[in-house]
Amino acid sequence: MAKITLEQIAHSYLRSPDTDDDWALKQLDLTWSDGGAYALLGPSGCGKTTLLNVISGLLRPSRGRVLFDDRDVTHIPSDRREIAQVFQFPVVYDTMSVFDNLAFPLRNRGVGEDRVRPRVIEIARMLDLEDMLYRRAAGLTADGKQKISLGRGLVRSDVNVIMFDEPLTVIDPHLKWELRSKLRELHQEVGATMIYVTHDQTEALTFADQVVVMHEGRVVQTGTPIELFEKPSHTFVGHFIGSPGMNMLPCDIRDGMPWFLDNPIEIASAVRGHQEASRLEIGVRPEFVRFGSTGVPVEIVKMADVGRYRVVDARHRGHSIKMVMPEDLDIPPENARVVFDPSKTQVYGDGWILT
Amino acid sequence: MIEKTVNQKAWFLVAPVVAVVAFNALIPLMTVVNYSVQETFGNNVFFWEGVKWFEEILHSPRFHDALLRQMLFTGIILLIEVPLGVAVALTMPRRGPWVSVCLVLMALPLLIPWNVVGAMWNIFALPDIGLLGKMINGMGIDYNFTQQPVAAWFTTILMDVWHWTSLVVLLAYAGLCSIPEAYYQAARIDGASAWAVFRYIQLPKMKRVLTIAILLRFMDSFMIYTEPFVLTGGGPGNATTFLSIDLVKIALGQFDLGPAAAMSLIYFLIILLLSWIFYTLMMRNEAQ
Repeated sequence: MAKITLEQIAHSYLRSPDTDDDWALKQLDLTWSDGGAYALLGPSGCGKTTLLNVISGLLRPSRGRVLFDDRDVTHIPSDRREIAQVFQFPVVYDTMSVFDNLAFPLRNRGVGEDRVRPRVIEIARMLDLEDMLYRRAAGLTADGKQKISLGRGLVRSDVNVIMFDEPLTVIDPHLKWELRSKLRELHQEVGATMIYVTHDQTEALTFADQVVVMHEGRVVQTGTPIELFEKPSHTFVGHFIGSPGMNMLPCDIRDGMPWFLDNPIEIASAVRGHQEASRLEIGVRPEFVRFGSTGVPVEIVKMADVGRYRVVDARHRGHSIKMVMPEDLDIPPENARVVFDPSKTQVYGDGWILT
Repeated sequence: MIEKTVNQKAWFLVAPVVAVVAFNALIPLMTVVNYSVQETFGNNVFFWEGVKWFEEILHSPRFHDALLRQMLFTGIILLIEVPLGVAVALTMPRRGPWVSVCLVLMALPLLIPWNVVGAMWNIFALPDIGLLGKMINGMGIDYNFTQQPVAAWFTTILMDVWHWTSLVVLLAYAGLCSIPEAYYQAARIDGASAWAVFRYIQLPKMKRVLTIAILLRFMDSFMIYTEPFVLTGGGPGNATTFLSIDLVKIALGQFDLGPAAAMSLIYFLIILLLSWIFYTLMMRNEAQ
């Protein structure tokens, strides 16, 4: 068990990177506390897997250091880092039985057969694999194989961190939920740090206590699911999390107050550092926009019923403002105006939060 | 129950295939069957002989010897070519500019016509003027493949290994390339040794292509004719007279069409049977 620190990590797959785009991971500093349940969230190609491989030691970073507690492990190979990784596609040793698969990492480390047996049986019980211990691993279904991959990580009692690289990609939808709750359960039981890589926000938000959001090789925000929802620190987080995503409206600052075209917008905290930004935007989630007697005049373009709530598409001089509201709430027939919840409205400069 | 539609007219759709197979396989094969149960002295005059030729061939020491030589030869080249091919495939680069260079070099021997291979090695191994023959003799070893059975065998096997190991290499390499990177990564995390990676990842994943490689090499080497015919002509004596060489001697040398036809059929059945045994053994675990 250990705290994992990434110090000024950067990585490029090219031998001599020049432009910013050549870096798969741009400089980042991150700390994963011991025993946490983390999700690493971001679209495909944002550098999640690269970051994971840097932690597991499958990839040596071009720059920076990886620390487990205070031990520098940057140059230590994967098998001596005491980590486990579950891959996107289940990796099992086809010719071995389920039992031998689970015992494989222990046997490779010279653990005696008398200690292998009870441990493998214990892990198999945790994963509900007991009944199939003596079957050939090749004959199992995708979720069974994925459990074996996970089990090979869990059998070693010394693992610092278990990493999951989009582990549910090939699992049937109805089993996804089951396997995910199994993971949460195991996290409580085992207590190891878990890092779960995914591009699916539901998976990330339901699994993790802390979500790390990545975008174009950078970490744009680390926080609890609530923080990500209520106060995205980057417009990308606003777009990527939530459905529909955050409303982004162009604005300028007059007397410390943001103005959306000719409408002053009330916000709870002061705007700082807006002078340097070349592009200013107001961000507000559709959930925090409601109709009012004052506020921005809008015309209503479209309305969609999405189960228990409604998504309303309103427009103000060509700018779309989406709203989420309960099904039973009436929509004003004409001269509609909308107001934003001041404590949930943010100002962004060049994508980054200024409030 | 739903009534099944019966329409036998669909058989007409397979007629073209039946016709092609009939002309290129069935009719020639039936001709051989025809010869194998009759005696002829030419002039299209045939006498019924029943299974006489089959009995004669099956009891002939000449056939036994040729079959034994054939099995020994096939066994030896399989034992050399398969492990060697896998070993070479393992050392080949998986990406980069050298991949195409290696692939082209590997494919070269496969592109040379078989009689040319035989002629090349014949000259190459000649003890007085050939590079190989002269070198071996220069090292103080008495080597002459035209006179010594052991030297003839050595040269024939070396030639076949040179000619055909590439096929195993290319197939094994294709198998290796299809293994996803995640397997190697998982093995590294699990602390697997290089041997364990080979034994539990690479070998099982290569199984299918190796099955094909072994079957192809088995069938091809069991029918080998051109190369030893050009290299040694089956000699010295009968030392390298394999089944096909013997068959041609009987059929075209002695013009014993009946016994030759019977031998062809026995030969064919042996290959079919052994291929089936190979395949069944290698695929046995697949079904579980």
